[in-house]
Formats: sequence, structure tokens, C-alpha cells
Amino acid sequence: MTVLPSGAIDCDIHPGVPEIKQLLRYMEPFWQESFVARGLDGFDMMSYPPNAPITCRPDWRRKGQRPGSSLADMRRDALDAFGINLAICNPLTGGQIAVSETMGAAICSAVNDWIIEHWLNQDSRLRASIVVPAQAPYLAVEEIERRASDRRFVQILMPVACEMMLGRSYYWPIYEAAVKHDLPIGLHAGSMYRYAPTSTGWPSHYVQDYVANSNIFEDQLLSLVSNGIFVKYPSLRVVLLESGVSWLPGFLWRAIKTWRGVRAEVPWVKQSPADTIRENVRLTVQPIDAPPDPNTIERLMQMIDSDRMLLFASDYPHWQFEGDKVLPDGLSPALRQRIRIDNPLETYPRLKETVQ
Amino acid sequence: MNAPVNALDHSAPAGQANGIIDCDIHPFPRPGAIEQYLPERWRRHVAEYGKFTYGMYAAIGAYPRFQPYLSRRDSFPPNGGAPGSDVAFIREQLLDRYNIAYGVLEPLLGGNASRNLDEAAALCSAMNDWQASEFADPEPRLRASILVPQDDPEAAVKEIDKRAGDWRFCQIQLGSKTTEPIGRRRYWPIYAAAQANGLSIGLHVGGTFSTAPSAGGWPQFYVEEHHGLVHSMQNQCASMIFEGVFEAFPKLKIVLIEGGFAWAPTLGWRLDAHWAKMRDEVPQVKRPPSEYMRTNLWWATQPVEEPEHPEDLRQVFDWIGWDRMVYSSDYPHWDFDDPHQAFHFQMTETEKRQVFRDNALSVYTFR
Repeated sequence: MTVLPSGAIDCDIHPGVPEIKQLLRYMEPFWQESFVARGLDGFDMMSYPPNAPITCRPDWRRKGQRPGSSLADMRRDALDAFGINLAICNPLTGGQIAVSETMGAAICSAVNDWIIEHWLNQDSRLRASIVVPAQAPYLAVEEIERRASDRRFVQILMPVACEMMLGRSYYWPIYEAAVKHDLPIGLHAGSMYRYAPTSTGWPSHYVQDYVANSNIFEDQLLSLVSNGIFVKYPSLRVVLLESGVSWLPGFLWRAIKTWRGVRAEVPWVKQSPADTIRENVRLTVQPIDAPPDPNTIERLMQMIDSDRMLLFASDYPHWQFEGDKVLPDGLSPALRQRIRIDNPLETYPRLKETVQ
Repeated sequence: MNAPVNALDHSAPAGQANGIIDCDIHPFPRPGAIEQYLPERWRRHVAEYGKFTYGMYAAIGAYPRFQPYLSRRDSFPPNGGAPGSDVAFIREQLLDRYNIAYGVLEPLLGGNASRNLDEAAALCSAMNDWQASEFADPEPRLRASILVPQDDPEAAVKEIDKRAGDWRFCQIQLGSKTTEPIGRRRYWPIYAAAQANGLSIGLHVGGTFSTAPSAGGWPQFYVEEHHGLVHSMQNQCASMIFEGVFEAFPKLKIVLIEGGFAWAPTLGWRLDAHWAKMRDEVPQVKRPPSEYMRTNLWWATQPVEEPEHPEDLRQVFDWIGWDRMVYSSDYPHWDFDDPHQAFHFQMTETEKRQVFRDNALSVYTFR
């Protein structure tokens, strides 16, 4: 068991998922044959093109290697460099976004086997999210049930943009399984691309798709709150991974105002959306889109007005900060402590089991 | 704590020379009013096929609203008709009452939302005639917006050129929802015409609802969709900046209307942060994105943000810049912002002059 005197808990770290051919050994014969006979590979997400600057910080990039694919590099560049005692692996895989439900499920399940063998079994500091095919909630639930007994899986991972808004009843079985097994739902930046990546259509540039992720996080919070998900599942925690963070206060103000105006439409939403979100939703701190000036960060923290919501994360190997500046200046020592250790422990019930 | 502060308590006495400027007033047609400005061919077409917008209902939007005509219950004219349809009552309930020097008309009638581009052009032109003749002529404090069929830029430019010299028009109006992101090149002829004529563009929430309201799909409720419209504004800011619109048209003035503004500073930070890493993808962007927000964009205040701590609103104004904010009421709609009641913090005299008058004068074309 890991001892946790002072090290941080990294809530968003990305082992690079390998090509399909290295996942075949975890698949059933049907899928092994399908992928080989059809010559299928190249399932990297449009949300993170492997060579795009965001996908790997320049000094962490190794020629000829997929970003984040080496445990030795991750140990040196992140775990050891940032004094991390526990880290939650969030693999980003094409299985999560495949149009085919069963193909998506096959890839996701193989990724979960792969992460056990190549990461969780290799470094006792590592934990992981269960990668699920949200395209088919019944298959997602099967995968959750298959993995739940391994307590090193601490969260369920989904892209923030799926096939339907996440408050819809279609997804409720996933939330039921999450609550049953003490697993928060982690929503990571990235899209299934079933709809235009912005509400005004298809932009010309990747950077526009990327920045529009913060809109989707907001839309999903509205969906979860308005559909009464936190009334139905009060213990459910939702973690927003790589959301940008600084949009939160302005979003909460408008959510309160709109709810006050038309709350009769959703009578089951009895408390202010801001209260619900502060109670049930958490956000990882990379990136935190703000100028480097400590006063701005301090003002932002006052506006967020909760020392419970933010979770330490390096987002390794994604490029969000330089050097070892995982946390920005302008946070009080008490808040730093909460972000680095206390908040992650309170958010992920399964992490506590490993703390003596 | 949230008690309103009378922002205009100490403002100068009444009169057009020092009255306030309201950037968002919604006129509404009396039955048959628009049709009388349509050629017979289009009158018949509209009667048979409607406006043929993107959407599931023939006559209304996908998300049922919460108020008849989206309006205040007290805004129905005493002589009958819909809110915003009676100039005398607009004068009494808004212009005289709040000492409004100029009010910018923002018709939200879907003229430019038709999938049939010829129909859109005919409707926009008819609605332009209607605003000018039935609002600006009898009440010169009310100034019209040039509505254009933006998906047919050639026709849009024709309409702009036709109206640009007419004192009754003070801006070009576009919706915040367009069929493509608004910075894309198909729309550039409109920006060239706007810049050449010195006309600002008012981007009002709404427009062509041709894509899902979210990249995550279709929300179930109006409470989500209404809030989500704010994102269309953010997307359009990012689009205009990253596509290089303000490099190509450096004098272009864009006013973002009814899309909120508390998001503006944080969007600027987000754009700057990720542009810094990926600027090689957008070499047409020469300056940090937030700088274009400080030179080419303005924000109308309604529906004003209501932070949990009212002084945070001052911080937001400070971050955006006091020279970027213009007052708007949204009369006669339900979420109307009374200039005396809407702002829950105290402004200085200079700040009031900027927000309620001077900034708008520097943007709009009032002749």
C-alpha cells in the first residue's frame, strides 16, 4: 500500500494508447480477425492528433514514439519530477468514439486489460479510469461490472461530447453503476464528433475545436443539473478533466440567473445550480486558462468560492504549462494542500483505500 | 447584498443631447405589416411555405418559450396588438420614461433564417422597409438595423449598399447562429461592405439554427438551450479572430448583443493560452487573440450578469474594459434590464457616461 505523507495526487495523466495491433491479444478471436483481415488501424481521436502541439509538450516528445507511451519517461518527466504519489491514468482511445457499438466496446475493453498489464502492474503509484463505450450504455455497464472488483480502477471515463446530452435517460444506467461502485464519472475534453464541434458549425482550425471544449463542459453541466441527475443520484461525483477552469464563475452566475427565470420548467431542480455544482462537480487544474499574474488567480479563486472543487493534475504529456509549474501562483498554502491531496481523496473514494 | 443601485441617480437632465442609448429594442409587426412590403410573388410564397427555417416546427423554434411573445406582461399596448408593435407605447413605456436618445431596433423575425436564399433576401428587404417606415419615420429616436440574407453574401451586400446612406439605419444585424462559423470567408463580402460604409455589425443571439445547440447534441430543456446561446457568441468571437477577419478588416466594429459578457475575459485568456501553442496553425493571427477583443468588439450589457458577490461585476467590467460596454434593455422582452435597476454596483459618473452613452456613440452610425 502506498503511503501518502506529502506527495500530490495527479488526477489527469495520459499513458499513450498503442496501435490496434498491440491491443489484439486482449481481444476475442472475432475482433482479432476483423482488425487484421480488414487492415484496420489509425483510431487516434481527432480531438488529440498525435503530432499536434497540445498532445505532447515539446520537451516530453520522443522521436518515433507515441506521446506518453513510455512508463520510464512518465516516471522521470511527471511522477518523479512533480513529486506525485498517486496518479490516475486517463487513456484516450478511439474505442470511446467509434460509431460501431461493439467495435468500440472491443477496443475499450482491450485498453483496460492493457493498462492493467503495462501500467498498473508496473508502478504502484498508478490508478486508472475505466474506459467505456458510452455509445452503448448497456455495454458500458458490462465493462464497468467486469472491472469494478479491481480497486485500482477509480473512475469511469467518457468524452465530454457523446451522442446525446449526458443528462438524458439513455445514460442513467452508467450513473447507476457509477454510484453502486463508488466510481466518479470523469468527462474528458474531446468529442465523438457526432455534431458540429461548435454550436455555429465547423471551424477551419483545430485550435478552434479545442477551445470550444469549454462550451461543451458547460452544456453538459446544464444537462446533468436540468435533468435532475444529482437529485436522482445525490452521491454521484462528476469530474471535468482538462476543461480550462476559468469559465466556471461566469457560467455559474448565468446558470443561477436563467434557472431563477425559468425554473418552472424543471421543478425537480429545487436548489440553485451553483450549489449543486459546487457539491457534486470537480475540475482538474490543467489547463487553468488565466494570465500568469497571481492577482488574477486569486480573484478567480474568490469567484469560484469553494476550496473543494479543484483537483491537482499535470495533464502529462499534454502541453499546458512550462517547467514544473503544475499549479499557478496565487493559491494560498491551504488551498494548495486541498488541491494536491485532500480534494482528490474526497472525490475518489477508492483512493482512500490505499492511504494508511 | 443584491439590492439594486440606481446607476442613473446622478445623471444629467433629460433631452436627446444627453439621453442614454439603448442598443437592443425589439419591434414586432402588426398583423400583415411585413407582407405589405413584400412583392406579390413572395407574399404568396410566405403564406404557403412559411419562412422555411432550419427546425422541426413550421412556425416556432425547437424550444418552447416561457412567455407569450417572449415579453413582459405589462408590455402589451393598451390599444391592442403585440408588445413592441405600437410606437406610441414604446415611446411612453421606454423612450420617454428612461430618457433614451437613440434606441437600436433589433427585429428577431427570422428574415435571414430561411433556407431559401431568395426568400431570405425578400424578407430582409421587406423588414428593412417596415422598420424604416413604421418606426424610424414616426419616431426618429428609433433607428433600424439593416437585415441581410447572410448566406447569400452578394444579395447581402446589395442590401447594405441600398440602405447605407439612409439616416434611418444605424447598423447591420447578423444572428449569432450562422450556417458556418461567421469568420469563414463566405461572409467576408459583408465585412468589406460594412467597413467601406463605416457601419458596425450587431450580432444578436439567434439566427439560423442549422446545427445542434451543442457539440454534445440536443439539450432537453429551454433552461439549457437559452443559456447555451451564450456559446454561439463565444464561438463567433473565436471564429472571427482565428480566421483573420480583423486583420483583413481592421476597422470592423462588432457589437455582441444579448449573449452575456462575463465570459469575455476568460475566453480571451483561453484563446491566448492555446493560440500561444498553436499559432503556427493560424499564421493570419498576428496578435494575441484578446487584443482583437479590445479593439474590434463591444458587448451589450443585457441580460446583465448577476454575480453572487455584486462587486465581482465591477471586476468583470475592469477586465473587459469600460470602453467596450454598451447598455441595452431588450425591451419588451421578459428579461428586460431597467437602466436604474439592473446593475448591482455603483458606477462613477465617467463609467456611467461610457456605458450608457459614449461607447455606443463611438460604434453606431447615428445621423
